[in-house]
Amino acid sequence: MASSKTLQNLTVALAGNPNSGKTTVFNALVGTRHRVANYPGVTVEKKEGRCHHSGHELNFVDLPGTYSLTAYSTEELVARHFILDGQADVVVDILDASNIERHLYLATQLMEMQVPLVLAFNMSDVARAKGLEFDLKKLEILLGVRIVPMVASKREGVNELLDAIIETIESPQLTPTSLQYGDEVEEELSLIGRAIAEHPEVVGAQYPPRWIALKLLEGDKEALGWIQDAAIQEVINKSREHLKEIFGDNADIIIADRRYGFISGACQETVKDTVQARHDISDMIDRFLTNRYVGLPIFGGLMFLVFYLTFTIGAYPMGWLESLFGWLGAGIYNAWPQDFLLWMRSLIVDGIIGGVGGVVIFLPNILMLFLGIAILEDTGYMARAAFVMDRIMHKIGLHGKSFIPMLIGFGCSVPAIMATRILENRRNRLATMLVIPLISCGARIPIYTLFVAAFFPEHMQGPMMWLIYVIGILLAIACIQLLRKTLLKGETVPFVMELPPYRMPTWRGLLIHMWGRGWMYLKKAGTVILLISIILWVAMSYPKPAESRLAGLDELQQQNVTLQHSVAGHIGRTIEPALEPLGFDWKIGTALIGASAAKEVFVSQLSIIYSLGDSEESVDALRRHLREDYSPLQGFCVMLFCLITAPCVATVAITRKESGSWKWAAFQYFGLTVLAYVVTLVVYQSGRLILG
Amino acid sequence: MEKSNVQPLDKIPAGTAAQIVSIEAGTGLKNRLASMGLLVDVGVRVIRNDGAGQIIIHVKNSKVILGRGMSHKIFVIRV
Repeated sequence: MASSKTLQNLTVALAGNPNSGKTTVFNALVGTRHRVANYPGVTVEKKEGRCHHSGHELNFVDLPGTYSLTAYSTEELVARHFILDGQADVVVDILDASNIERHLYLATQLMEMQVPLVLAFNMSDVARAKGLEFDLKKLEILLGVRIVPMVASKREGVNELLDAIIETIESPQLTPTSLQYGDEVEEELSLIGRAIAEHPEVVGAQYPPRWIALKLLEGDKEALGWIQDAAIQEVINKSREHLKEIFGDNADIIIADRRYGFISGACQETVKDTVQARHDISDMIDRFLTNRYVGLPIFGGLMFLVFYLTFTIGAYPMGWLESLFGWLGAGIYNAWPQDFLLWMRSLIVDGIIGGVGGVVIFLPNILMLFLGIAILEDTGYMARAAFVMDRIMHKIGLHGKSFIPMLIGFGCSVPAIMATRILENRRNRLATMLVIPLISCGARIPIYTLFVAAFFPEHMQGPMMWLIYVIGILLAIACIQLLRKTLLKGETVPFVMELPPYRMPTWRGLLIHMWGRGWMYLKKAGTVILLISIILWVAMSYPKPAESRLAGLDELQQQNVTLQHSVAGHIGRTIEPALEPLGFDWKIGTALIGASAAKEVFVSQLSIIYSLGDSEESVDALRRHLREDYSPLQGFCVMLFCLITAPCVATVAITRKESGSWKWAAFQYFGLTVLAYVVTLVVYQSGRLILG
Repeated sequence: MEKSNVQPLDKIPAGTAAQIVSIEAGTGLKNRLASMGLLVDVGVRVIRNDGAGQIIIHVKNSKVILGRGMSHKIFVIRV
């Protein structure tokens, strides 16, 4: 930053296959200082970050990880538009140096686009260990592209890469080699090229003409859409048919074949495999981890470990945060000047600190859970687990990978819905997202423990808890099957997924991973949840009863009268007739309104209704009151309803964000509410018949 | 090459090497496979095949999970 005169703002796009270590490279370049947004109009994550290097300011944009740049998936279209529309001054393609042939496939397509390009041969230490030796100088000349070897996890080669980026922009020494596809294809390319050259008005004229011709010959859907002229369409069709006649295959496959041909030619001259090809150790580990008998128990054990650690270790910081918020609330409450804007005291203490605090205390658990999952992901185990789980998940119409978000759902629905991003198929993803609230999250545990202990003898409590969890899982499975057969119908997309090589995760990577997701959760708590907390506080505090009615009552009784008189209390009474068939009265109804902010609020609402504090003894007192007012069947129905009904506001907000529309969030909200009503109705009424 | 030697990939047991003869799939899928290195004439090795469910194969120095349905559309000869 010494001389601001030469400081230039340059945009660098990072491209690369999934599993090329692209994220590690991005982190090594910009660290934690990155912003996450979506590409305009699509729900594809866009990560951006800056770094300074020898007087330049470089803005890095992480493109979605793709194997190619066709028009078949949103990710590929997003990546290719970013590059083609000239938004990047230079593109860096990150490759796994130990698997260079396959990874160069994307590079050839970037070369076809004629963009300033740098190749980063990442994980070159692994390549060396595998016995691969590169003649990089020669390969650079063959490809016409600068190549920088690096080990991003150890931050080796970062400066060299930055130098190469600036050199490629300011004084390029090389130009990307123009791939040749053989006489027959070249002939058709020039025919199409000539046809579009006669019509300069064709959309996409700002793109390299050879690239357009290539895409048209490949039958690229987007490129074909640019051509309105019937004469050009005719030329394209003829060319494609002609090639099909000669080769017996579509042009795009022939061209793909030629790209690999070019790659293997270039590699033959420049890459030496000094070690005899051997079935490496990872094959052996794979055979063990994906074994049909031990694979599932291993997976179960690892998951148990993750959850166990999440909830045992996470309980400590959770307790600290709870005390912190309690202390903060009490501190403000006590320090507040007498008779000065008491409503504001209540808003801050009960509404804001209570509401937001109730969500934030789960942050340690969420961070722990994400750390565990990041470790399983970064080592490469998760892909194996997906394989193991596929047999089971396939039966309910989902891919093996869907189990990951569902599992997270036991912790909290919000990160679980965020985790559905790993599912490529949109229908699959939506179906998973919509049913995740049926998986009992951590916030429902306080409700269950309150009711189970209130209504059931000790030997029944464990099985009852288990039953409620299982009902949730079964309902989730049933809903998925229903959705996949109705609204989200569609062929299960044929499944192809790369198994990433095993890798040692880096602390830096894990922490960035974990914090990125945790931060999203916190942001939610600071915005949507804050707003809803205030709204709910108003609904539960206003209108105020007349002073005379509060006279002579202690504080707990005052709270009770205020709640009964408030909007929430009125709604609770108004909906009582509707809730009666479920076995609920106005008290449960009022508490349910509070629970729409966050499920655990249900318990504190009930305490207020029964004019009880939230100390240990009063929980017992609350249980006694509940036993007096309701039957075990009613108690069970309350749990059932809380399990199924409308998700909390944070879940609604994240569903809206991740599905990209309010429509799905509303569908989830009302769909689950209706489902809860119907299921509880059936259980309560038939339960009454059976139990007399 | 005798026609009878041609088998769908899902019939190849684990540990066996094979060469792709043809891929009977739609354009989009064929392209997707091509981008992962699965093309005619390419050699693959089956790593895991339990007779049901997905299979794992080795292709161009990387491992790929294929759905059963998918692997039924890839025809190979053993080598």
